[in-house]
Amino acid sequence: MKFTEEHEWLVKDGDVITVGITEHATEQLGDIVFIELPEVGDEISAGSEIVTIESVKAASDITAPMDGQITQVNEAIAEAPSMVNEDPMKAGWFFKMKPSNPADYDALMDEAAYKELIG
Amino acid sequence: MSEIDPGLKRTPLHDLHIALDAKMVAFAGYAMPVQYPLGVMKEHLTTRENAGLFDVSHMGQVRITPRSGDLAEAALAMERLVPIDVLGLKNGRQRYAMFTNDAGGIQDDLMVTNAGDHLYVVVNAACKEQDLEHLRAEMDECLVDEIDAALLALQGPRSEAALATLAPEVIELGFMESREVSLLGEQCRVSRSGYSGEDGFEVSAPNRSAVALAQALLESHDVAPVGLGARDSLRLEAGLCLYGSDIDVTTSPIEAGLKWAIQRSRRAGGAREGNFPGAGRILSELEQQPQRLRVGLKPDGRAPMRHGTPLFAEVDSSEPCGRITSGGFGPSVGAPISMGYVPSEMADTGTRLFGEVRGKRLPVKVAEIPFVANTYKR
Repeated sequence: MKFTEEHEWLVKDGDVITVGITEHATEQLGDIVFIELPEVGDEISAGSEIVTIESVKAASDITAPMDGQITQVNEAIAEAPSMVNEDPMKAGWFFKMKPSNPADYDALMDEAAYKELIG
Repeated sequence: MSEIDPGLKRTPLHDLHIALDAKMVAFAGYAMPVQYPLGVMKEHLTTRENAGLFDVSHMGQVRITPRSGDLAEAALAMERLVPIDVLGLKNGRQRYAMFTNDAGGIQDDLMVTNAGDHLYVVVNAACKEQDLEHLRAEMDECLVDEIDAALLALQGPRSEAALATLAPEVIELGFMESREVSLLGEQCRVSRSGYSGEDGFEVSAPNRSAVALAQALLESHDVAPVGLGARDSLRLEAGLCLYGSDIDVTTSPIEAGLKWAIQRSRRAGGAREGNFPGAGRILSELEQQPQRLRVGLKPDGRAPMRHGTPLFAEVDSSEPCGRITSGGFGPSVGAPISMGYVPSEMADTGTRLFGEVRGKRLPVKVAEIPFVANTYKR
């Protein structure tokens, strides 16, 4: 499992990467009430805003962790955003993507580095 | 997480908030709890189902005492500043009011209570210095003193039972009634009012007894501590205005849909007609519809439309016709809700408009407020 400074987690399975947000991120956001996901087939570039999350407090964006293409989105969380608060690391995943450059994944933070980041 | 600025003022309940593991934020110069570990959503829902305890000690509490000893003098002086019937307010009764300016805008909104030998006034935290100056400048016949006391709000259907364990006589209070009550051996002022749309109380208590009082109320299983986050979503569902967002110096009380607060005696033809700042505009808007009105708004979709969202009459209109002044997710409604200003001809319930969220024009309909029926004890 890898992590980004934007508090995303990434899991690689073959050439597909599943992306969600960490428990730490959900604690910071509070109760999530709305999620706008990208569409399957969208070409995304690292750093661009691809998901909008609204919590009871405010709106925030999630950026693409690396260049690639969206292969699947979790429609269930768009219907029931509280799933992300309840199970951010499993049922509350956001989208799956195929990276343009698979080596980008290996360059991301590991769990130890992420834990250090969030203190 | 960043530490809260040590320069912020603290309420008498500050250490209790920390002990309860609240997330503290800066609000109107105070360190205030925005939420506790329960979270905004559950704090909101438990207030509607049981009871929530809010620290609102940051708000300004003011005692206005007539120098002559005749409360009618203070009431008439107050009437020079607000379009409200203060003279007709009976001992132990409270009314909602607003300080207007010469242009007919709203300088602050407030609660005014006839406390027998003085008027007891509660104003917004962010406006209190300005309000005190205003009162002192305009009310020569009165002594205007800020009351240094804690203010706790206990809101929700189980509030009465929880507070009655400390003082059974609070059961006798009806909505917008107020009296002095001994709580834990200290004289407190208890008012049956609040800012959630639920039955409940506001308790002004001496600073030294605030923590013990809060702890005694929280001992009830039905009472949870609730932060500013849920306070905002509760008042939004109740259709209540937030000063600085839904009302300000540019909005008149009539545009804001607050004409119910202006009693007959202050209207055209009344016994004490006009004679408050901005009376010209406000009385004429009472006669003929103002150009715009505050309305409730319900987005068709799930995306909340928040403060500042521009509203358009058509999906392709070039200019906005209005603006959202408060908005978010309504936990009890289970959907996003907003309030905002629209031209009067677009203010009918069901009128479809478009709110622009992140560059997209999304459909939204004018809706009845309150979004959740109030449960005041009449």
